[in-house]
Amino acid sequence: MLTLIVRRLGLLVLVLFGLSLLLFAWVRALPGDPARALLGEKATPAGIAEITARYGFDRPVWQQYLTYLGRLLRGDFGASINTGEPVLSTFAQRFPATIELAVAALLLAVVVGVPLGYLAARRRGGLLDNLAVGGSLLGVVVPVFFLAVLLKYVLSIWLGWFPTSGRQDARIDATHITGFYVLDGLLTREWDASWDALKHLVLPALALGSIPLAIIVRITRASVLEVLSEDHVRTARAKGLARGVISRRHILRNALLPVSTTLGLQAGALLSGAVLTETVFSINGIGSYLFDAVNQLDYPVLQGFILFIALVYALVNLVVDVSYGVIDPRVRVS
Amino acid sequence: MSALDAIAPPPSPTAEPTGEAGLGPWAAAWRRLRRNPSGIVGAVVVGLFVLVAVLAPLLAPYQPATGEWFGEVTPTAVPGPSADHVLGLDSFGSDLLTQLLYGARSSLVIGVVSTAVGLAVGAVLGILAGGLGGWVDTLVMRIVDILLSIPSLLLAVSVAAVLGRGQWSIMLAISAAQVPIFARLLRASLLAQRGQDYVVALRSLGLRQRRIVVGHMLPNSLGPVLVQATLVLATAVIEVAALSFLGLGAADPAVAEWGRMLVTAQDRLEQAPQLALYPGLAIAVTALGFTLLGEALREALDPRSDR
Repeated sequence: MLTLIVRRLGLLVLVLFGLSLLLFAWVRALPGDPARALLGEKATPAGIAEITARYGFDRPVWQQYLTYLGRLLRGDFGASINTGEPVLSTFAQRFPATIELAVAALLLAVVVGVPLGYLAARRRGGLLDNLAVGGSLLGVVVPVFFLAVLLKYVLSIWLGWFPTSGRQDARIDATHITGFYVLDGLLTREWDASWDALKHLVLPALALGSIPLAIIVRITRASVLEVLSEDHVRTARAKGLARGVISRRHILRNALLPVSTTLGLQAGALLSGAVLTETVFSINGIGSYLFDAVNQLDYPVLQGFILFIALVYALVNLVVDVSYGVIDPRVRVS
Repeated sequence: MSALDAIAPPPSPTAEPTGEAGLGPWAAAWRRLRRNPSGIVGAVVVGLFVLVAVLAPLLAPYQPATGEWFGEVTPTAVPGPSADHVLGLDSFGSDLLTQLLYGARSSLVIGVVSTAVGLAVGAVLGILAGGLGGWVDTLVMRIVDILLSIPSLLLAVSVAAVLGRGQWSIMLAISAAQVPIFARLLRASLLAQRGQDYVVALRSLGLRQRRIVVGHMLPNSLGPVLVQATLVLATAVIEVAALSFLGLGAADPAVAEWGRMLVTAQDRLEQAPQLALYPGLAIAVTALGFTLLGEALREALDPRSDR
């Protein structure tokens, strides 16, 4: 187990190192003067001189790379061309919104997907099974941004059940501690703030949750079907165990292992989906930050974004792999 | 040569004994595919999509992205269906049906070119890794690991950001995300065959490694590659739309591109939801077609796989 963690952390360092080289080469490969590229349209001779001195663009390339690496190690990811704000602090400020959205989407997917997949497998070939299989196919092929636009039109513009955009009504004077608005409301006992944030969260979470939901239904169904045909389940039945006990201890426990690993693999898809969902619902998370950065070619933000996400992504996958070993003792042995 | 011919490589699509005696593996697979209703639906959708994309100039009533009727679009309303425009106009004053038909064209071109490039580069990497093994394998797989450690949309965004906006960078961006998929697939397929009797036999006959890999092992990997390519095309259609949704496509916002049409439709969602509905449905139906066809191909080529 420990060797696994050490090896994976080693790989992570390697990956980040490789990425930093690529990202460094990227800005160097931009046409023209790198200082001018970093400053974008706002480049003035004085600004160019300052950036050139600060990043050492007049020095040899390998020295520049070392400086860049040193900055990264100290947590300096550069500043946005457009706002001048340090990339890292903007991330810290916006990350809770994205996490809140992703967690809500994942929660929704698990709470709906696991029972649905289980029931579909128990009644294989039935109406529910066909609906679940068909629905999960739809979940895969309907783009998340289209679903988001559809939900927004039908449920908020047309029916008016949910707010169209944002995270919380601006008129609510809410106290923010953690940056997770729903949680903040609960902590400060501002119930109306929490309720309002929740209402804002429903549609984006539905849209984003469609990706993991489809996959969770499929995997749960397939893995329950597999476990159902195994000898130990037949034995449990033969010795007259209660149905509920068989379902919980013998079927679900074994069937949920593959589901838990796929959750980790969903991290990347969730993140990509969050970028798209946030733009539709105007949520100020890191997704919309990326959207703006792409559209304004804000290189420092893009650079920082890629490094940061690769780090988060790798750590999430590491945690999932380790937890898999904790859940299933057989993994530890091999 | 006769000694070589005697050793028939195992057919990649395993032939089922029942009712398919006398059929080659590919013929048997073709027969299974034709009997799979969802595969037929997929094939029909894909066929229609390709047809529309190729024949767009003939089918479309007007030229794309002209903005010819811009005067009829007001800040509060976009003209809906009329005798001249079956689906109405888009918010830039072009014919909506024309935009949709040409959108199929750019989706097909970008999807196919990017998948072809992704497949080619991924295949070379996978063949090097799986065919040569040793340090080449380690090096290639480390590169693939790095590529896989970046979420595909982000990888695509960074490629597109480096190359600047436009259709070419979207193509390369999507292929960059596909390279690791194909590299892994081919490597795994080659590794699985390495120990098989027919490979050992070929080697003992004195065939060179390159000839064994290219002439015998690769053809056996064709089935899985074909399946994966079809499924990847479904993802590619969605990713093309996602990238142009993010603003990485052509600089001209009026261009006939499904993802871009969806973005601009958002500004007028309340007054003209059809502007979002049609391109969204087009993306979903196309992706559904490729997915159904891909899964039917998988079942046809590997009868053991459970539905």
